[in-house]
Amino acid sequence: MQKLKTQSLHKQESELAVANKQLEILSTGIFKSGELPTFKNKISETGQFPLQAKKLEILQINVGYMCNQVCEHCHVDAGPDRKEIMTQETMQQILDVIKTTGAHTLDLTGGAPEMNPNFRWFVKEASKIGVKDFIVRSNLTIIRANKKYHDLPEFFKKHNIHVVSSMPHWTRGKTDKQRGEGVFDMSIKALQELNAVGYGIPGSDLKLDLVYNPSGAFLPGDQMSMEKDFKKALLEDFSIQFHNLFAITNLPIARFLDYLIASENYEDYMYSLVEAYNPTAVQNVMCTNTLSVSWDGYLFDCDFNQMLELPVNSKSKHISEYKTELLEGRNIIISQHCYGCTAGAGSSCQGSVA
Amino acid sequence: MPKTYYDPADLRKFGKITEWSEELGNKFFDYYSKVFEEGALTAREKSLIALAVAHTEQCPYCIDAYTKDGLQRGVTKEEMMEAIHVGAAIKSGATLVHGVQMMNKVNKLDG
Repeated sequence: MQKLKTQSLHKQESELAVANKQLEILSTGIFKSGELPTFKNKISETGQFPLQAKKLEILQINVGYMCNQVCEHCHVDAGPDRKEIMTQETMQQILDVIKTTGAHTLDLTGGAPEMNPNFRWFVKEASKIGVKDFIVRSNLTIIRANKKYHDLPEFFKKHNIHVVSSMPHWTRGKTDKQRGEGVFDMSIKALQELNAVGYGIPGSDLKLDLVYNPSGAFLPGDQMSMEKDFKKALLEDFSIQFHNLFAITNLPIARFLDYLIASENYEDYMYSLVEAYNPTAVQNVMCTNTLSVSWDGYLFDCDFNQMLELPVNSKSKHISEYKTELLEGRNIIISQHCYGCTAGAGSSCQGSVA
Repeated sequence: MPKTYYDPADLRKFGKITEWSEELGNKFFDYYSKVFEEGALTAREKSLIALAVAHTEQCPYCIDAYTKDGLQRGVTKEEMMEAIHVGAAIKSGATLVHGVQMMNKVNKLDG
């Protein structure tokens, strides 16, 4: 059993805090020896290489890596000790771009996005633009973490935010193991508060979705069955309601990679991902319709590539120089972590894709 | 050759049994996957039955496979342990119910 971390890999000066080290691990060993095919070879078998970006639909903004939690499997390596925070100047550049892209979804993530001092300003300004779906990925506990965040449910409601929150399990033990002692109770309280203002109620326009990602070295089960089990347990035990459950696969990078290696599960996990490879999921991987923007304004194919410091393969590399014609049709940068998005029913920030 | 009878990595090679008897192997795997589909029982219930039987059969491959399968389906460790107790109860019950045969025989020979 692993002891829960209280510091990010960066703070610990772990060698896995270095993106190149992670990429080296993902490209050597079982993949270099040919025991398992590389992702490039695998998608080539079905003529799907190179993966190319289609029309932009989702703009995902990482407003900073600071977080009040230090979750065991965080692919961002987020935590209270991370100081990377998006400036208002970068936010303004993003607002200028959103008006021109035609993307239907704006997706704010972190860290805990609410900890960015300019978060509320950004939400107010961005909601004026009128994107169809405006998501904030809230870790729930932030709502209870400090008095200054207690009004977040009302703030979200006022700006018609679509709240998406992580919940590894409907039981205390499994949730706290992954996300930290006391997280389950705080998350339950936060969900009840969101319900109280109208979020997650059947038929309500105030959308509240939960994200399930496994608490250990295994893949998520069927999204619909999991949703049924979550709904039943949360309603019976805590009178909590929500709309949809997104089942997301843990990608073998950052703290989850560290966990896989330390618990001697890395090879088995990579085997599971490769064995569950689904070519249908490849057609709908999120990198083909999403663009990820880092706290300092750089562009990436997805949040995972952002953490691996793999920028977009385009002359338009920063939000300040965003050009649709340079980004559409670009070749997506891939490595073996991409197997995480093509396993089973596929995985994206919006859940299953196949 | 490995020095132990069981190697965890062999579980990944289970599908290779079709290589030496393709038709029978394929029929088995078709049947196997059909059995575990959602039916009158949920796939989750079937997974727990499989875990209990894996233990009564003392199959290390099956124990690894259905522990992981259960975790993927959100099965809790308490549910897993209770399922194993069901298997254990049937195993011990099956032993003890034969005690009646012993009692019958004693009564016939020495009653």
